[in-house]
Amino acid sequence: MTLEVESREPVIADDGRAAERLVVNVGPSHPSTHGVGRFIVTLDADVVTNVVPVIGYLHRGIEKMAENRTYLQVVPLTDRLDYVGSMYANWAYCRAVERLAGIRVPERAEYLRVIVCELQRIASHMMGMGASGADTGAFTMFIYAFDVRERVIELFESLCGARLTYNYVRPGGVSRDTPEGWTDDVLAFTSKVRESLSEMDKLFFGNAIARGRLKGIGVLSAEDAVAWGASGPTARASNVNWDLRKHDPYSVYPRFEFDVVVGERGDAYDRGRVKLLECYESVKIIEQAIAQMPGGIIMTDGLPRLIAPAPGDAYDHIESARGSLGVYLVSDGGPRPYRMKVRSPAFCNLALMPKLAVGHTLSDLVVVLGSLDPVFGEVDR
Amino acid sequence: MNGLLRGIIVGLGAGILIAVGALIGVWLERKVSARIQMRIGPNEAGPAGLLQTLADTVKLVLKEDITPTQADVPIFRMSPFLVFVPVAASLAVVPFAAGWAPFNIASSALFFLAVPALSVVGVLMAGWSSRNTYASIGGVRGAAQMISYELPRTLSVLSLCVLAGSISTVGIRDAFRWWWIPLNLIGLLVFFIASLAELNRGPFDLPEAESELVAGYFADYSGIRWSVFMMAEYGGIVAASLFAAALFFGGGLGLPGIAGAVVFVFITVCVTVAMMWVKWTFPRMRSDQLMGFAWKVLTPMALVQLLIVGLVVPWL
Repeated sequence: MTLEVESREPVIADDGRAAERLVVNVGPSHPSTHGVGRFIVTLDADVVTNVVPVIGYLHRGIEKMAENRTYLQVVPLTDRLDYVGSMYANWAYCRAVERLAGIRVPERAEYLRVIVCELQRIASHMMGMGASGADTGAFTMFIYAFDVRERVIELFESLCGARLTYNYVRPGGVSRDTPEGWTDDVLAFTSKVRESLSEMDKLFFGNAIARGRLKGIGVLSAEDAVAWGASGPTARASNVNWDLRKHDPYSVYPRFEFDVVVGERGDAYDRGRVKLLECYESVKIIEQAIAQMPGGIIMTDGLPRLIAPAPGDAYDHIESARGSLGVYLVSDGGPRPYRMKVRSPAFCNLALMPKLAVGHTLSDLVVVLGSLDPVFGEVDR
Repeated sequence: MNGLLRGIIVGLGAGILIAVGALIGVWLERKVSARIQMRIGPNEAGPAGLLQTLADTVKLVLKEDITPTQADVPIFRMSPFLVFVPVAASLAVVPFAAGWAPFNIASSALFFLAVPALSVVGVLMAGWSSRNTYASIGGVRGAAQMISYELPRTLSVLSLCVLAGSISTVGIRDAFRWWWIPLNLIGLLVFFIASLAELNRGPFDLPEAESELVAGYFADYSGIRWSVFMMAEYGGIVAASLFAAALFFGGGLGLPGIAGAVVFVFITVCVTVAMMWVKWTFPRMRSDQLMGFAWKVLTPMALVQLLIVGLVVPWL
């Protein structure tokens, strides 16, 4: 593989002076690349003139590995896609399997899936916002966000035993019912989290320096957001009203009252703040879901141990914390998927990097990257 | 000969003060940041984790001193000390007691402002000699920033000089009157902010911006040389805090004897903690915002302070 990188030869600037371009290699091990992202950045003095994202440092061939495992064995693999939002990949995959094999899911399981995924949205957005804070040097914001995230992860731990790779959503339902008192713990969390969110809003988004650092940086127009396939908070911050929970409703989402948060300017500030405001909506959904949640079974009856759908294909997508997460499955009638393909929102959003970062300074590059909130497990797959 | 001996003693004293100041400063910074971030901080090594920094120092001394093969070796090895020595030298003119500073020279206020600014040479050399893109950018950023913030910092002290009619730190401290504090509030604020920038402390820690430049100009340093950079940073904090307490608050608010000494130390610690508080609360500025802030906000503020003092002095 060859990379097209501008050479270090002197180039003539617009005003006729000779200007040397500086090539900076950011990553794959760099404090602000959110994992193992790598960017070859060309600088003209302090201004970014070119960004070449290099991905693949976390490629594990998950889609290929899925072809050699039974449908149930693929679920733990999907945990490793978006490792700060494992529940989403679990769910998107299971929805595709359920569609392919025609499996019906008990109502209680649907409610549990909604609750864990909205909790996951809070946890994942905390990671995104906290990292945005750390990228701009506001490390306290990072710790505050991680405090909230930790409380969500403790809830998950008591629900399914794992802190990051849950393997909770399974084809046909969920793996475990709630332990005793779990819903009360969730309600105790949601009653406290609003306060933490407004505290973070004041600490970071209300801070003059943070506003100066984030506003007007990496502006993405609504047209470009659609044209580049951006989704999730990245698209919504650019005033694109697109949320699969509302616009292609799945599961029991139509039963809940909530708003789609959209931004106005599409800059890094809006992308961060949309995440914060979405957490309030998630809290609303969780509280309604717990109030409405019926009893009953959590895993559909009579599910064969080895799911072998009839030949065919199925695609299903859900709204993950990063955007539209889709899974496409092809079955040849056997017990293993013939082909799995993941439509990863982080990958599509990351593609915007060169477009958004060019023209800003090197300091803004990490701000733009943080605002896109990529998770390289999902980008590289 | 007498002068040389005195210089050696003062140099040793400054070294010990900075070493102790850095030991306590690092511990304090960890505790203050922990308190701000709902953590506990170091609590295992010694009472309240006080010996943690000592343990870290031992670790740093024992670590390998790596010199990158591409580096400009003599300059690379020398630059930590070029950053450290000016900071240590500035302590020589701090008026620790009424009428006494280790070196009582006539223009010591100027000395205090000018000499630590020489660290910028060390920062630039460290960044450049590492032959590392991040380090070079950090070094250049440091040079631009430290030179820009010299001006408001000097202007803020100038109003004290006008009030006291002296550019000697001892003279300023001895001429202190309690009403200087309300009169010099703007100057104190400018001095405080400009000192943060001068010391590369957050929110002005651009030269070492972790999230952008990894560690900036000292990215390639390890072991004891790295810790010399850290010592310089904490030494600078100690010097700036002592200077603010001694001049803007007249030592111990002009109180005599033990009471004055206690108040002096108390104010110094308060200024130090305020520096840490700011660092752990605010995000980092961008380089153009940093320059704009120095020239458009801090310098005019310092000039306004000078104007206020200039209007008051004829009536004294």
